[in-house]
Formats: sequence, C-alpha cells, structure tokens
Amino acid sequence: MPMRFLKQIRMTLGAMLSIALMGFALNLNADVPTPQIPKAVKGEQCVEETAFMRRNHMDLLDHQRDGTLRQGIRTKKHSLNGCLSCHVVKDSNNQAVTFQSEKHFCRSCHEYAAVKIDCFGCHKSTPDQSASSL
Amino acid sequence: MKKVAFAEINASNGFYVLLLLLGSVVAVGLGAAYFMEHNGHEVTGMNNQIVWGMPHVFAVFLIVAASGALNVASIASVFGKSVYKPLAPLSGLLAITLLAGGLAVLVLDLGRPDRLIVAMTNYNFKSIFAWNIFLYTGFFAIVAVYLWMMMERRFNKYSHNVGLVAFVWRLLLTTGTGSIFGFLVARQAYDAAIMAPLFIVSSFAFGLAMYILVLVSAFQMTDREFGQGIAQRLRSLLGVFIGSVLLLTLIYHITNLYATEHHGIEAFILRDGGIYTHLFWFGQILLGSILPLIILFNKSLQKSVGSLVFSAALVVIGGFIQLYVIIIGGQAFPIDLFPGYEVTSSFYDGVVASYTPSLPEILLGFGGVALALTLTTVGVKVLRFLPVSLADKDVDPHHKA
Amino acid sequence: MSEETNQDRRRFLGVGLGAAAASLAPGVVLYGVAQAKTDSEPASNKVRWGMLVDTTKCADNCDKCVSACATENGWDKHTGRAETRPQWMRKVTLKDKVTRRTTSLPMMCQHCEKPPCVDVCPTNASMKREDGIVLVDKHRCIGCRYCMMACPYKARSFVHEQVTDQKSYMPRGMGTVESCTFCVHRIDKGESPACVEACPEKAIVFGDMNNANSEISHRLRLFSTTQIRDDLRLNLGVRYEGI
Repeated sequence: MPMRFLKQIRMTLGAMLSIALMGFALNLNADVPTPQIPKAVKGEQCVEETAFMRRNHMDLLDHQRDGTLRQGIRTKKHSLNGCLSCHVVKDSNNQAVTFQSEKHFCRSCHEYAAVKIDCFGCHKSTPDQSASSL
Repeated sequence: MKKVAFAEINASNGFYVLLLLLGSVVAVGLGAAYFMEHNGHEVTGMNNQIVWGMPHVFAVFLIVAASGALNVASIASVFGKSVYKPLAPLSGLLAITLLAGGLAVLVLDLGRPDRLIVAMTNYNFKSIFAWNIFLYTGFFAIVAVYLWMMMERRFNKYSHNVGLVAFVWRLLLTTGTGSIFGFLVARQAYDAAIMAPLFIVSSFAFGLAMYILVLVSAFQMTDREFGQGIAQRLRSLLGVFIGSVLLLTLIYHITNLYATEHHGIEAFILRDGGIYTHLFWFGQILLGSILPLIILFNKSLQKSVGSLVFSAALVVIGGFIQLYVIIIGGQAFPIDLFPGYEVTSSFYDGVVASYTPSLPEILLGFGGVALALTLTTVGVKVLRFLPVSLADKDVDPHHKA
Repeated sequence: MSEETNQDRRRFLGVGLGAAAASLAPGVVLYGVAQAKTDSEPASNKVRWGMLVDTTKCADNCDKCVSACATENGWDKHTGRAETRPQWMRKVTLKDKVTRRTTSLPMMCQHCEKPPCVDVCPTNASMKREDGIVLVDKHRCIGCRYCMMACPYKARSFVHEQVTDQKSYMPRGMGTVESCTFCVHRIDKGESPACVEACPEKAIVFGDMNNANSEISHRLRLFSTTQIRDDLRLNLGVRYEGI
C-alpha cells in the first residue's frame, strides 16, 4: 500500500515537471517583451556602475539598512531615498508616482523579473524632498 | 500475552468522508489566516492591550497536548509497562501531528509569516522563543526516530533508549512553553517559575485526553475491539493527571495570595474578573476538573467506555478554558506601573483590557486542530499505527478468559 | 575600562564641551548638540542618551508632546479600532491612593539598559543601539508580539492595519511592532526629540547621561529622580522628577 502511494506522488511530480519544461520551451520561441525602465532624472551616472547596480543593488541596500538602523551610520551614497530621488517618475500632474503605479522605477523592473519587493510595506515609495536623512 | 498485531485502517467511504470534512475545516482555517494577513490584525479581536489572543490559546493547547500525547509511549518503553505497548505508536504519531497543528496556528498568526525564514536565520539565544524553535524541530526528529525504532522489529531493542531521550526532550519542550509565560517579569499574572511544572502536568492531562478521544474514535470507526482492561488503566491515569493539574493550580494561587503585591491579580482571577472569574471557577475547575474526576471514579460508570470519552472531552474543554484564563486573563489585568497610585490615561492604563475573539481567529484555531487530525487520519491509513484489537484477551497479560 | 579612567575621560570631554559651549548660543548645548556625530560615524557607547521629565511642570490637560510625536513620526492617522491605535507616547495621570495628590506625566519607551523586549525577541529585531536607544529593526520583525508581552511599560504598539505615506525617515508597516525611538533620526542630526521641543513648559530635558557636563547629568546629580518600576533594575534612559 505505501509503495503505491509513493509511486503516485512520483508520477504527479513527473507530470508537473514536464508541463513546466514545456512552458519554458514555448516561451523561448515567443517574442520576449523587455521592461520599460524609466530614465533617471538627475545626472548621467548612478552611484555605482550601471551593470554593477543591476546585479548588486539589493546587497548595497541591505548593507545600508543594517548600517543605518542598527549602527546609526547615516551615509547617503547607497540610501533608498537616494534611489527614489534620482529615479523618480512623475505623472501627468507632475507628482511622483508611488509603488502603486506600474510606472514606478522599482516596480517596472521587479514586475518583469517577478521578484517581490519587501521595502514598500514600510518605506515610503516616493522621494522625500525635505529630509536629508536615510 | 499474544504478540500485538497492528494494521492500517481500511479505505472505507467513512475514511474519505472524514478526510473531506477535516480537509474543509483546514481549508477554512487557511482562508481565515489569509484574510487576517491581507487586512492586518485589525480584523481580529486582538489589540495593543491583548496582544496574544485566540490563536495563541489554540496553538499553546495543541503544543502542550502534543508533548503530553507522547506519555503513553513513554509509559510503555521508558517505564516498561508492556500493557501500553499496543498504544505506543499512535501516541508518537499524535505527538507529531498535534505539534504540527499548533505550530501552523502560531506561525499563521504572525504579523509577517512570510518572513519565517528570518526566524530560521537570526537567533537570539536569550529568547525562549528561539529555544523553542530548536525544541520543536528536535521533538519532530526525535519522535520520528522513536517511532521508527518502535515500528521496525529489528530496531525494537533501541526503543527503550530512544524513548528515554524522547521523554526527557518532551519535558524540556513543555518547560520551554511554560517559560514563555513564566519568564515575563512585566506582568503580574506571569513571572512565576511554577508556570513550567504547571504546563508539564497540564500537558499530561490534555495530551492523554486528546489521545483517548482519537483512540476510541478510531476504534469505533474501524470496528476494532476496545477492552475494559485498557479503558480502566486510561481512566485512572487521566484521573491522576487531572488531580496533579489541580494541585499545581492551587499552589500557584496560594503562593500569589500569600504575597500582598499579588493580591490584585488574584482578586481579578478568583473574584472580580467577570468573564475570567466565571471561566476559571465554572470552566476550568468545575467542568474541566471536578466533573471528570467524579465521572472517572464513579463505581457505577466504571464499565462504560462512553464515560471515559466524555471525561476526556471535558478535560479538553477545561484545558482550553484554563489556557484562555492564563493567556487572555493574564493580559486583561492592567500592568501595575505605579504601585500605590490610581492610574488613568488615554491608552487604557489602569483599566481591564477588553477582548472579543473574532471569527477568523477562531476559524484559524480550529483549522490547526483539524490539521492535526487530518495528519493523524492519513497517518493511520498509510502506516500501521493502530493495533488490530485492544480486547482484554489480546493485551492483558493477566487476563483469564 | 576602570571607573577611574571613565571619570577621567568624562572630565576631559567636559572641558572640550565647555569650550564648544562658550562659542555657541547658550541653551543649545543643553540639548547635547555638541555631541552630534558625523554621518559616517556609528553610534558610540560613550554616549548614553537619556530623558528627564519634570512632572511638577507637566500640565494635566496638555498633550502637546504626544501630538508632536505622532506628527513627527507619522502615527497620527489611524482608521481602525480605538484599542489598536498606535501609542508611541501617552499621557498618564496618577492619583495617590492615600494623599489624593495627582501627577501627570508622559509615558513612552523607557530605553532600558537591559531591555526585556530585547531579551525575548527571537530574531534580534528588538535591539539596543550602542548609544542606548532601543529600536525595532522592522526588517527582521516577524510580528510575534513577544516583546509587547515582555515590556513592563506597555510602550510598544503593533501595526494592525495597512499604512501608507509614511515619513521617509520613519518607515512603519503592517504586521510589525514599533515604539518611541527617541526620534533617532533627529538625534543623529544633532537635534533633540520632537516631544522635547514641543513641551511649552520645557518639562523634558534630553541629553547624554554619560557626559558629566550635560544639563541632564547636572539635574540628575542635583535632584531626586525616579525610575519607573525600579524594582526591575533595568536602569532606564527615562527618569522622572516629582513622583
């Protein structure tokens, strides 16, 4: 009895895997859309090389947040507010869009990559003009 | 005594109906958890005064009962009472499934259950919660090995030693659960070392009661024979456990009553606490302890398995009420920040905190109970946890036909 | 480090600060501005931030400190039940059961030297910064509320509902625990907490308790002050005068 049970599980898993692989193969042939990444409003160069930022921005932000919160180091180079300030996207009323909008800089790419952002549950997603901190 | 035979239960229609019923309760519980996570704890009855509510009552009950459910196996392999041998595998299974149900409720009530990985990667070794993460995962592993030793004939010789480890571990686990409250210096109802032993004896009673309910139901549903001998032993055992809980409860309150600084909380629970006072006297003491004791030791009811099941059910209900009084009642009593002063504020200082459990919380709790029972049902279906018969002639070494 | 060298260092710091104070507007130094650190400098354990509340000046019907805190930190908008309202700071009125004397005071996180919330937190989300400020690292908080059970001062709140439009310097979000931060974002800029500035009676003094020359140290030396629930021996960062 337990043997048959195990076999059933194995078969189900096998079926699921082949469906997934099939979908992947189909996708390769399809036209792949690319994300519409808004251009930064300030300056030509990000705080680090663009290629480096694409791969490592999350590590920089993680490092920054632990330094800021746990140790009280308040340098601004890799701050989240820094990202939001340069990469702000304005709507038709010249208001900065929030993470609720598909046009938001972070969202435009993260949605494409299907990576969930955990920042904006707590952090404000628009730049803070007045405050210099964080 | 004959060799005890174990068998899986049959895939009858009843089995699938039961599975469907339990599965739907689990699904509803999961839905409730999703609703709570999506809308925040605003939709629960919990608030900034009563920070732990109904889910914690359910979770703590299941976790405490889990360690207690293992006792039946310990009696067989650690204390060498061979009459309990046929009962041992189910005891191990129930220990695992009840713990799984309790932990599921606890985790799904977190403000950020999606961050469970954080709890696995950042440990504060001074936190009793962090100790408990090890105690719980260790419990799963040890009981699994223990079951293996019991159920694989070649390894039976190790079951005494592994059983001993499991027994010590389960005492540590309940100590950990009790200490969550016992180490809280802030609140007058907690901050008492007796919480650990109180939780241990409570686990004996809750765990055995849950065990009796599951065992007798399983036997009833699968038409297996349940003898007087086993019923009689479980009856006395449950009685002794209920008595022990009563004793430690008495010591807890007597100790508090002796010290003037604790008179406030004692008056609250024992006399002036409204719902909590009623729950304590009528729920925990009368319904959950005195009544089952009377039934269990009533000579005219000795032959009835039904009276044993009824008593076990009362112990379970009384256990829930006991934890409700400890967890909710303990928080409802205002923190004494300024001894000797009457305190008022815009934030409920000096007043009894109000709490009305909401439906989602209760559904989440029952979801956890149903999860434990679902896992148990599946367990007895796929592996040989249940003895074929517990009739006196099959289990009692001194039985004379 | 021995007590003696500590004293020495304090004296040395004191001289330096005295000189700095002379060149600044009087009064400013009382808030400890002279100790503002640079952005790249981590918080240091040479500093122990503290607050002294003079309850004799605190008016019963005034809650300007509380509303200033709420506005500053963005917990003023709450749509849910009254019992789930965040309360980083609250006004408490005491009435002596025997003498009937009443006292009014603000109550908030007491920034214990040995905080029970930090002890019980399973993930180290509850933490104490080197300079004695007790914080919740919301990146790590899983929302178990054990710290709220453990806090003797009922100083912590759980965010029960979705929040939007937070202050950029004070992120807060559903499912995590929060409390008074001593306005850490202001302290790091050399400013004093919002409640201190808002008090019309100047009843709250804020500063470095390790610095012998700070106003708070002066007053702690001169007057009899109280730590709430001092039976717990938590060595609090908030002290009260007049109770």
